[in-house]
Amino acid sequence: MILSEQKPFEEILGYLEGEKSVFILGCNGCAQSSGSGGPVQVEEMKQKLEEAGKKVTGTKVIDFLCEKALVKSGLRSRVDEVAAADSILVMTCGIGIQAVAASVNKVVHPACNTVNLGGSRGEWPGSERCQECGQCLLDYTGGICPITACTKSLVSGACGGASNGKCELSPDRDCGWELIYNRLKAKNQLDKLKIFINPLDHNKLMARPEMMSTSRYALEQSDQEVKVE
Amino acid sequence: MSLQSKLESGKFAITCEVGPLKGTDITEIEENAGLLKDRVDAANVTDQQSSVMRLGSLVTSYICLQKGLEPIYQMTCRDRNRIALQSDLLSAWVLGIKNVLSITGDLPQLGDHPEAKPVYDLDSVTLLQTIGKLNSGTDINGNELQGKPSFFPGAVVKVESDTEASMELQIAKLERKVAAGARFIQTQAVYDAGSFAKFMKRVEKLKVPILAGVIPLKSAGMAKFMNKNVSGVFVPDELIQKMTDAPKEDREQTGIQICADLIKQLKPLCQGVHIMAIGWEKRVPAIIQAAGL
Repeated sequence: MILSEQKPFEEILGYLEGEKSVFILGCNGCAQSSGSGGPVQVEEMKQKLEEAGKKVTGTKVIDFLCEKALVKSGLRSRVDEVAAADSILVMTCGIGIQAVAASVNKVVHPACNTVNLGGSRGEWPGSERCQECGQCLLDYTGGICPITACTKSLVSGACGGASNGKCELSPDRDCGWELIYNRLKAKNQLDKLKIFINPLDHNKLMARPEMMSTSRYALEQSDQEVKVE
Repeated sequence: MSLQSKLESGKFAITCEVGPLKGTDITEIEENAGLLKDRVDAANVTDQQSSVMRLGSLVTSYICLQKGLEPIYQMTCRDRNRIALQSDLLSAWVLGIKNVLSITGDLPQLGDHPEAKPVYDLDSVTLLQTIGKLNSGTDINGNELQGKPSFFPGAVVKVESDTEASMELQIAKLERKVAAGARFIQTQAVYDAGSFAKFMKRVEKLKVPILAGVIPLKSAGMAKFMNKNVSGVFVPDELIQKMTDAPKEDREQTGIQICADLIKQLKPLCQGVHIMAIGWEKRVPAIIQAAGL
């Protein structure tokens, strides 16, 4: 799940300065689970903005805003309301905000800060995280990702900073490598700790063009902008 | 005699630490270098220690060298990617710096620029492999160098840990560091010769010179602080009590004496001692003298 949190209301109002009306867009995916942009928060935001003197031309909660095709189809029935607004306030993660901005010819304002992408592109239940490094190391690490479980993304084992199994960053955070050690031990795979792992190839963190030529990607590209003028 | 010749000929080596300060005033570094040059074999020059931004370790290493103190250029992986690390290594060699210590580096969040982007493109093991590549005449990607260095690379290890996983990971990583080319090892501060002896037994097979780390105690409060906040440091209650019992005017001497006694106990177990004085650089000669080195 992508974790996001609402920005302070003053900051949001600052974005809307000089504008009279706004359309509010929420997300039924991670933003709803995060409590930052689901139906409840959208309704609360509508009331607060109206109290602050803004006209809210309409609201819509779409699942999921990270998917441009869903953004476009979801907004089709609301073209008039969107057209009547000076801007769209988007209450979701950074991916969703960018997806909306790329799909509608309208000013888009973010209402949330993305706290943690978790490598996710949509729904992802559970605590496992992937950073899409394109060079999965899970075979060496007992199925726990060192890139996301270790705060330094170390590939060669633990640093010297952990205390009582917790990361030097915070006593609330487990040392990722100690988790890996315990998992490897439980699976009788401690020999994996002898293997040298190359530094990550940061080229592979970018999706290759051929990976993007899927039917879903093609569909997303073929959809035209929603014209609201 | 250089640190490398000393360790390779099996002699007992003494290293200490020189910490660059925040700013451009190098008076203290020059003073300390002058004071330490004939007392120790080499001095580690820390690299943005505790993630606090300061004068760089490359330039400070060079200053030490010019003042006659052999530097051990510490390099963390926190602030530079593989291009910058390799370039700084080549620069170091050109400046006459031979010893390099490879360390991961604390997270930026622990220092005075917690907003900084952490790099960790390489880590302490892959940096050692990189130094090995440079020594063999190519960069990390195998591209040929015009003129190559011949570094004497080192690494660090914690002697004690509070969990089994942490201890085993330290040993496993030490094995990888040695396999990756580390030719000397300095340890985190040790306060118990018994634990150190156990550790040495475990890593005997690695056949690498190990310098036991020591930090002189300045007060009981400092000992308690380290026990609470410094990973891998365990000061026994007995030593804390000694510091508590010492009258204020004798406290410094007590700290120096505890450190010297410890060095005497550690000496037969290892190939050298690494004195991390943390602000007490000027007292290092007294510690060495009291330890009978």
